[in-house]
Amino acid sequence: MQALVDNNGITRYLVTIKINGDEYTRVVKANTLMVNFIRDELDLTGTKKGCELGDCGSCTVLMDGKPVNSCVVLAVEADGHEITTIEGLATNENLDKLQESFVDHAAVQCGYCTPGMIMSAKALLTKNPHPTEPEVREAIAGNLCRCTGYVNIVKAILAAANE
Amino acid sequence: MAEKYAVIGKSVPKIDGRVKVTGQAKYTGDLKFPNMLVGKILTSPYAHAKILNIDTAEAEKLPGVKAIITHKDVPTLKYGISPARWDESIFCSDKVRFVGDKVAAVAALDEETVYKALKLIKVDYEVLPAVFDPEEAIKEGAPQIHDEYPRNINTEIHQNFGDVEKAFKEAYHVRTDRFEGNRTYQCPIEPHSAISIWEGNKLTVYSSTQSPHYFQYYIAREFGLPMGDVRVIKTFVGGGFGGKLEPTGLEFAGAALSKLTGRPVKMFYDRHEMFAHNRGRHKQIMEITTGVDKNGKLLGVYANFMMDGGAYTSLGIATAYYAGAMLPLTYEFDNFKFDMIRAYTNLPACGAQRGHGAPQPRYAFECHLDNVATDLGMDPIQLRLVNARQPNTVTPNDFAVNSCELTECIEKAKEVSGWAEKKGQMGKGRGIGIGVGSFVSGAGYPIYRTNLPHASAIIKVHEDGTAATLYTMATDIGQGSDTVLCQMAAEAMGFKYENMKIVSADTETTPHDFGAYASRQTLMSGSAVKQAGEEVKKQLLEMAAQMMEVAPGDLDCRDSIVFSLSDPEKTKPFGEVAREFFVRQGPLVGKGSYAPPKLGGTFKGAAVGTSPAYSFAAQISEVEIDEETGEIDVKEVWDIHDCGQVINPSLLHAQVHGALFMGMGESIWEQVLFDDQGRILNPNLGEYRLPTAMDMPKITSELVESYEPAGPWGVKEVGEGATIPTMGCYANAIYDAMGIRVNSLPLSYEKVWRALKEKRESEAK
Repeated sequence: MQALVDNNGITRYLVTIKINGDEYTRVVKANTLMVNFIRDELDLTGTKKGCELGDCGSCTVLMDGKPVNSCVVLAVEADGHEITTIEGLATNENLDKLQESFVDHAAVQCGYCTPGMIMSAKALLTKNPHPTEPEVREAIAGNLCRCTGYVNIVKAILAAANE
Repeated sequence: MAEKYAVIGKSVPKIDGRVKVTGQAKYTGDLKFPNMLVGKILTSPYAHAKILNIDTAEAEKLPGVKAIITHKDVPTLKYGISPARWDESIFCSDKVRFVGDKVAAVAALDEETVYKALKLIKVDYEVLPAVFDPEEAIKEGAPQIHDEYPRNINTEIHQNFGDVEKAFKEAYHVRTDRFEGNRTYQCPIEPHSAISIWEGNKLTVYSSTQSPHYFQYYIAREFGLPMGDVRVIKTFVGGGFGGKLEPTGLEFAGAALSKLTGRPVKMFYDRHEMFAHNRGRHKQIMEITTGVDKNGKLLGVYANFMMDGGAYTSLGIATAYYAGAMLPLTYEFDNFKFDMIRAYTNLPACGAQRGHGAPQPRYAFECHLDNVATDLGMDPIQLRLVNARQPNTVTPNDFAVNSCELTECIEKAKEVSGWAEKKGQMGKGRGIGIGVGSFVSGAGYPIYRTNLPHASAIIKVHEDGTAATLYTMATDIGQGSDTVLCQMAAEAMGFKYENMKIVSADTETTPHDFGAYASRQTLMSGSAVKQAGEEVKKQLLEMAAQMMEVAPGDLDCRDSIVFSLSDPEKTKPFGEVAREFFVRQGPLVGKGSYAPPKLGGTFKGAAVGTSPAYSFAAQISEVEIDEETGEIDVKEVWDIHDCGQVINPSLLHAQVHGALFMGMGESIWEQVLFDDQGRILNPNLGEYRLPTAMDMPKITSELVESYEPAGPWGVKEVGEGATIPTMGCYANAIYDAMGIRVNSLPLSYEKVWRALKEKRESEAK
């Protein structure tokens, strides 16, 4: 990773990260969080910040297909990796079946946890296309929702899996 | 025969569902404006301290810092819910009253610089003795938190209806129990944020708010601006539950910083700061005495309560009144006495959380009733059926109840839960319990003194007739009001839901509505929307009558088709008529407004708890306790609701799911904890212990047939009412499983384990 020192003596790093299929090269600080890189540098604000402690899962993105809390990953750690955010799920006009299912099953209320929740579900269904209900609950246990009691979220994920 | 309604009563998808699943929905923290600065508030590290000096010189020298403000730079006018209790300032000037109290604010180029600058501000404090317990706070000699409030008494209530003493004398059995609630927090997943833009004489504030109007009112008042020069715009809001109902330092300090710098300023709380700002549920200490006759009929109830208000009033006066006012609503009894002290402590201020003051007293009362049932040898359900409120009755505190299907709710809950086969027959460590409750469908009086109507709406049909836009300040915070109000608009107009658009919760473009609190919008905002839709329809049919050469009285409109009642074959598309209307007469617009009738009695505090209509619910839960570890496993929970007619069933049941979840958290895990210096020990979602998907039991949510004459199309509320019985229903199931009662919330594993251990030890003796 190329590093350069700015006028204030702070080292900055040149990172190249593939996000939603497109490569982005940017200069970041060592302490730049991936969630801030995604939101502030690239304006992909679908990824939400709820706690910045890794508790709530609102900032969940896929890193090389695996769900991670982007608030506890540094941008420099993602150099050379592939990231998928909520903006990368729908193709053209077509929503991902999980997105459709969340709308159809009233699994969205305030919507703040929704992007992270869908990304965790996406990772689950990619690995395990026909999960059981306990497997679904375990897969989203790191995504907190205050509105739904998870009832319709679990229903929506199971329905998307059984399509 | 066609269904009675074309649009309402159907689970249409949420109007904002798609933008929320694609990540396109913008919340306040997602917005950027040219030249925008980032701001944060410096808060107090001490629970009670005099401010001796604030030195900002070092912080100001930091490159990237654009402004630092303290109490000297902002209006000093105090604010709060009621003129009699204005006790909070933008920044503290003389002293701080809790860990987290507002001292100064910084605006800088970026977040990192802001945090650095906050650390460079030097504040000299003289630490004062602090008090953290409401019962200690009201004793003579306790530290005085506000000079104007002797013995730290913020609110004192004494209400007396009928003759409780006489009722107790005549009673077959009188029992007293004491319960303690817990200090919980709303925990919306979206942290508060606000962007203030002060340009010339005008202030624009984007905010995660539950009430743009209330924010506009208080921000204008604070800065001495006409309300018309303050524009508050709600963005998408990531949950509120009461915590985003009043303006915070983010709006006030942000506005001041924007005025000073001439640049937009984005202010935000991190998760720790949200817990410190709080305004969550009050911890109440509740002593309840009840007298009953031989059959379990309630003769009189005395509620002697105290609540920990924290350092400021916030919305707490209303909370204090609600705590008692809602008790005589659920069950019928004539004699009721209510005493309450809301005490100041050196802890974060408490406010309105889902169900406002009512859930903890309801928990206490439902547990107390089960104890009474045990004393009488009665089934808890039978005791509730004997006392359940009936339709068209008036409570001792003068609330008029129209529709009420509580008896039916209890009976149906009993049936679907299999109560008769389970109660007393479930074996060791397992239990089943019931809780019952009721709530307002909107407050009968406004949030501040004004004669404005409570809700209003405008519908504008687009010039080509292919769409219609509803304009209303009703506030969607996730519960789905934008969706149900569009359903109601479409129904009233005879239009299609799919062609409805909505502009909501912007004080400049939408007509007044008080916003999302007290479960008011489906009934109140819905009434205004219905009227606006009917006004559109009336004008449309008059135009259609001219075009179709029939009498207007012979026409109706449904699903965007105008048709003749006498000859249904004779039709015209809504769009064609609407377009012709525009050509001949200009914009096709309908408007509506709603104010409730004069409600309630004349005693002090009579307004709190009045409502045009009340919802009722019965909830039953089934639990299993691990006697080795005290762990509680909720197996299943049932909610049977009387919420009048339903506009959108799937959104309605989703409200119940969320309420059962929040109530389960508050019953078993959730509690904000402090050390002996008033610092929060668990200011994060993990250690505060928000329940996860793995904690949730199987949930059944069902309705009983009900029609409310005071609501548009017979509607009532659901969002908060579903929270009222919840803690009681879990607590009673846990009691049933343990055979011993723990009289405080949360019913943590540790408390359960200790109680079971004590029980075993005393049985062994």
